[in-house]
Formats: sequence, C-alpha cells, structure tokens
Amino acid sequence: MFEQLSQRLSESVRRLRGQGRLTEDNIKDTLREVRMALLEADVALPVVRAFIERVRERALGREVIGSLTPGQALIGVVREELEAALGERNEALDLRARPPVVIMLAGLQGAGKTTTAAKLARYLQEREKKSVMMVSVDVQRPAAIDQLETLAGQVEARFFRGQADQPVAIAREALSQAQRAYVDVLIVDTAGRLAVDEAMMQEAAEIHEAVSPTETLFVVDSMTGQDAANTAAAFNEKLALTGVILTKTDGDARGGAALSVRHVTGKPIKFLGIGEKIDALEPYHPDRVASRLLGMGDVLSLVEEAERSVDQGEAERLARNVSKGKGLTLEDLRDQMLQMKKLGGMGSLLDKLPGMGKLGAAAGQVDDKQIDHTIAIINSMTPRERRKPDLIRASRKRRIAAGSGTRVQDVNRLLKQHMQMQKMMKKMGKGKGGMQQMMRQLQGRMQ
Amino acid sequence: MNDASAPTGLMGRLRQGLGRTRNKLQEGLGQLFSGGPVQLDDELSELLEDQLLMADVGVETTTRLMRRLREILPGEAAEDSQAVIDGLAQAVEEILTPCEMPLEPVADKPPYVVLVVGINGSGKTTTIGKLARRLRDEGRSVMLAAGDTFRAAAVEQLQIWGQRNEIPVIAQHAGADSAAVIHDAFAAARARGTDVLIADTAGRLHTQDNLMEELRKIRRVLQRQDPAAPHEVLLVLDAGTGQNALNQAREFHQAVGVSGIALTKLDGTARGGIVLTIADQLGIPLRFIGIGEKAEDLRVFNAHDFARALLASAREEAQA
Repeated sequence: MFEQLSQRLSESVRRLRGQGRLTEDNIKDTLREVRMALLEADVALPVVRAFIERVRERALGREVIGSLTPGQALIGVVREELEAALGERNEALDLRARPPVVIMLAGLQGAGKTTTAAKLARYLQEREKKSVMMVSVDVQRPAAIDQLETLAGQVEARFFRGQADQPVAIAREALSQAQRAYVDVLIVDTAGRLAVDEAMMQEAAEIHEAVSPTETLFVVDSMTGQDAANTAAAFNEKLALTGVILTKTDGDARGGAALSVRHVTGKPIKFLGIGEKIDALEPYHPDRVASRLLGMGDVLSLVEEAERSVDQGEAERLARNVSKGKGLTLEDLRDQMLQMKKLGGMGSLLDKLPGMGKLGAAAGQVDDKQIDHTIAIINSMTPRERRKPDLIRASRKRRIAAGSGTRVQDVNRLLKQHMQMQKMMKKMGKGKGGMQQMMRQLQGRMQ
Repeated sequence: MNDASAPTGLMGRLRQGLGRTRNKLQEGLGQLFSGGPVQLDDELSELLEDQLLMADVGVETTTRLMRRLREILPGEAAEDSQAVIDGLAQAVEEILTPCEMPLEPVADKPPYVVLVVGINGSGKTTTIGKLARRLRDEGRSVMLAAGDTFRAAAVEQLQIWGQRNEIPVIAQHAGADSAAVIHDAFAAARARGTDVLIADTAGRLHTQDNLMEELRKIRRVLQRQDPAAPHEVLLVLDAGTGQNALNQAREFHQAVGVSGIALTKLDGTARGGIVLTIADQLGIPLRFIGIGEKAEDLRVFNAHDFARALLASAREEAQA
C-alpha cells in the first residue's frame, strides 16, 4: 500500500539532488511536492500542515554537514520527522496484567473488526502461547455473532455465546466466564459504530467500563480518507484507546490514514492486517514503514518473515548445492516455490525488497496460480526426470502436460526457465557464502 | 477538528431539506467573509481548496475545480460570499450532473439482474437489503442470491434479513461456488417470473487478481443464461474511502464493467468527495447514496443536492 507514496516522495526529493545548497526557495518547492504527496496519500490536511511545518523548521535550521548532499540532508529530515510521526518503535500488546487480559476492539462499520479479532486470537495463541476466548457483543448486524463463532472455530479459540441480548451484559458474562475458565486473554469484538452516533458511542463507553480492558484497540481501514482523523479523535476521546490496528494494507492504498490516526490520537499502531487469510496480521514496525514510505525498502521484515516460515535445513541444503556449483534441480525449484507460497506469495515477497516499488505492481501479476501450475508440472514428473531434465523429450512432455492439466508449451516454458536459472545460480555459486551472498547480490542489484 | 457533537452527517443535512442547507451554508461562509464583496485572492483560494481537500476531493480535481471557479467568477472580487459558494457548487455540479442517472430496473425478459460488487466492508450486504426493500415497495418482486460464500456467516446474514423482510433468498452452504449460487438463483428467478434478482458477492480487494477473475466468471455464467445479464453491476463504495476509491472503481470497472455506483455511509463525518474524481475520470453513473440504517436511507443520487451538501459540510469542518 505504501508504494505509491514512496514513489511520489522519492521523486520530489530526487529533484533536489545535484543542487549545491538548500535555500528557502528550493525547499519550498520540494515541500510543496511532499505536501501534495501526503495529501494524495490521504493524510489528513491538518496533519499534513503540522508535518510540513516541522520539516521546514528543522531543515532550515540545520547546516548541511560534511559529505552529505543537500538532498540527503532534506531526506534525512523528512525521514526523521516521518518516523517520529509514525511512532518511535513497535509497541507490543500489554499482556502483563492479571489474566484474563481483556482486549477490546472498536471502530467504524466495515473496518474489519471481526476478522481482526480472529487474526489477533491466532497471533496470541501461536506467538505468545496464550489461551484466548472471544466474544462478540455485536447484536446489531445480523449474524455478526455467528461470524465470530465460525472464525473462532477456524483459529481454535474458545468462543463465548452470551445469553443476554444487551451488549454490556454479554460483555460482563463473558468476563466472568473467562475468569472461571482461566483463559489468558479475552477478546471483545464490538459492533461497528459512527463517531457521530451519540447513543452507540455511549454504549461503547459502557462496555469499556464493564470489562475495563487492558488494551482498547481502534481498528481502522488503511484506505480511509480525511475522515480518519475525525473518527480516531472521537473514539479516542470516548474510549481512551491504547493502540491502533490498520487493516486491508494489502490493497494499493497509500496508507496516509496511518499518519493521521497516529498524529491525532498519539497512540501507537500495533498491528497491520495484510490479507484475507487468518494468519495475515503482522506487528507494526514504524521505522520500517517510514523507510518504506521513502522508498528504502523493508529488508528487515522480509528477513524476519523468511526466518519464521522457511525451513532452515532445507534452505541450507539448497545453499550448499548452489555454492558447490551443483545447480538447482527441479526438485529444489519446487521446494522453493512451496516456500514462497508459505511466505505469502510472490507479490508480498517482492513488496518488501528495496526499490521494488515500481516493479512490484507488475510482479504482482505473477500470481500464485502460476506458482501452483509450476508445482503441478514438477509433481507430474518422475524423480529421475526431476534430477535430469534432459531426459524430457516430446512423449514425456505430453505425459507430463496431461498429468498436470497443463499444455506442452507450459512444460517447455518451465524447462527453459529452469535452464536459465541453472546458469544464473552457477554464476552466483562461484562467490562464497551461499544464500546470504545471494541475498546481498540481489539487494545490490535492485538498489 | 473533531466534532462529535454534530448532530448529523453530511446527508443528515440533505434530509433536513435544501432550504435549510442553504441557510447553513450562508451562515458558515458568511461568518468567514463577514458579508459584502469578497476578494478573490490567494487567501480565499487556499481556504476553498482546503475545504475540498478535506472532503476527499483530491489534489487534481481540486485544482481543476478552482480553475473552473475562476472562469465562472473572472473578476477580482465577487458580489458576496454566496456568489462564491454558488460558483464553486456550480463547478462541482458540472462534474456530477452527467453521472446523475437513476437505476431503472426493467428488463425485456425478467429478471433484471443487479450484481453487487465491492471491497470488504464497503457495505454491500446492507445496501442490498435497503435496495431490495426499496424495489419491493415500488411494487416489484425481488429475489436475492447469497453469492458471498466466503466470509463467515455472510449467507446467514442475508438469510436472516430475507426472513425478516419476506424476500426470498437463494443460498447454498458456505464455501460453495459463488457463480453456481448466482446461476441457480437466476434460474429460480426466471422460473418464478421475479422482476429483479440482486446478487451479493464476497468483498474483495481490487488488487487480488484471482478474486477479480472469479467476478469475471460470475459475469460470464450470467451472460450465458441471458446475454443482457447482469443488467447492472453496482459498485458499493464506502464514503470514508480516500483517494484509493478511484483505483477501486477503475479496477472493478476493468474487470466486470461497473455500470453504477452506490456511495454508502454518508451518515458519518465522511463526505465522499472522491466520487467527483471518479465521475470526472471514469464517468460511471452514480445511482444511490446511503445515509443511514433504515431502508428509506438509500437515496437516489442528486447532483445538485450533493454538491451543496459537500461544500456545506466541508465548511463546517474547517470551522470546527
């Protein structure tokens, strides 16, 4: 979602490159570009103003030191301010209170509260090893409670279905049930409500009081426009928020809402919703998001993600093979593709590599179906064929195509790609250091 | 900036009638310009620009509107603040009027099929409910197809709503093929001679190629049953959405040919100014606006009223 903003910002800063010094005038032009970029990215106007003003003050007061170019100096200021505006560091959930720790989710209709509740439950169970109970107090939307129950089943969390028909009463029942059952965390999903709806906001405040949550999280759609600032302020005032979850960040919105909400509430963004799947929730790292905004990429979270889901042994074996110049067999290729799928597909992988902002959009077209097809083709080969693709002639190709439900052309294409990859890998393999070396080379090439 | 005590949203003012809205407008800008002639200078331009930007109109369209305002009011000063508001409202209306095209759900051979699409949480199912009630109250027979087979309990949501309102809902189990559900619903609607079939679909981000492909499939399947179907592809947009709404409209339009837009959730503090850019760049008809929870809160889009409400609301926002 941040690519488009990154591009705008890097373009406006690039124009400063090659100039001798920062003057009031050339700063003004660039800052106007930054202002436009931020507005286009849906950062709320008052927030944009405050941001630009701070950058202007800081940039003008500062001398361009040593070997820095003026462009670098300005980008430094913009970056620092952006980071400051987005929050200094990742702030984890506070889970130290006496169990059950209550987490309440609130937000507008359609922000993604219920889906987020389930993702959060899964996250807490898997990463924090907590036992989780969920309850929905949304008696407004038809089947909202059923929806959460179904999702609770999917993530294998406990679900509490209240007997009461009043949200506050349901919340109370759930809390005492959670205490009796000794669960670590109780997640309370609430009905979507408008900030201007007094009665509904009052109800939210009552639920808040009844369960006294440790964490009160404001769930906000990353595609939200100028209104993000108004809504966040209203919720913050009524509910004393402790944090924010930004949802639907896998779209192509520029995500300015992150900056607006952060500025208006002063509360940290704690998580990003990054996809349809139930595990598509990741902790928010402000410094990384700031550098992504400025087109510097997000290698850190890529590495972290890769470490988590890639089978280490597998990766090492592959690295050994490659560095020995043995090359990549079709089996290796299949394994790699399976791992890529684990990482959330091609698009989400490329998204994180620096300088891939522009390419990312095109690469997104390499959709995961293609990966599935490739895996199917390799699965339809005999082990011997996988090791020695030279064996694969016309009749074998026909058999493989038929077996995998593809066409002979597809099989040809895969074999050709594999051959090219072999060549490239052998070249890379000559350097020492296996996978790490490859990563570094890949980065160098892209920057 | 925030004003939680404001009793009504943008469209709340619409509800109170245009006369009232005009008064509010005059009040708002009147205070600002303190009556009498108004200098059309940079300061005023910036003020008006800010209001448009804060209504999510976007930088490009705002610039265009300001240029147009200068054509409408070429002098150095305007007669009074009302002339400025009228000028700007005229510029807004010029963009919106070509898209003011109400839905006319009449098919040569029933059912008239409305395929409802949009991203997650935009308000599709709620809009379907209100639309169904509206059409039924107009004396048409309506059937619903529970095509959102992905989101947990989406089928139940539609079924419960159908029961309450005595409108038949054709559904299968969760996880069923959406195209198959809608195919069956079409067959049922045709057999029963139902006037209008409204088909729900799962919310999807416009960036998800495989899910957009699924929409194309639904369209193909319907076309095989009736070459004229779906007669309407209605994109449901959340008025709170920022500039990304343009991408949404463009991508859905490319995938399945959007023929109408319903702008929802205008009962909050969001103003929905992004529809100007959409109208300007894509020319998709604006069918409905959603201004509340009740069935009658789904209103036929009116360019004149919308333009004035947009500016009135932006005005108050700037003041608060």
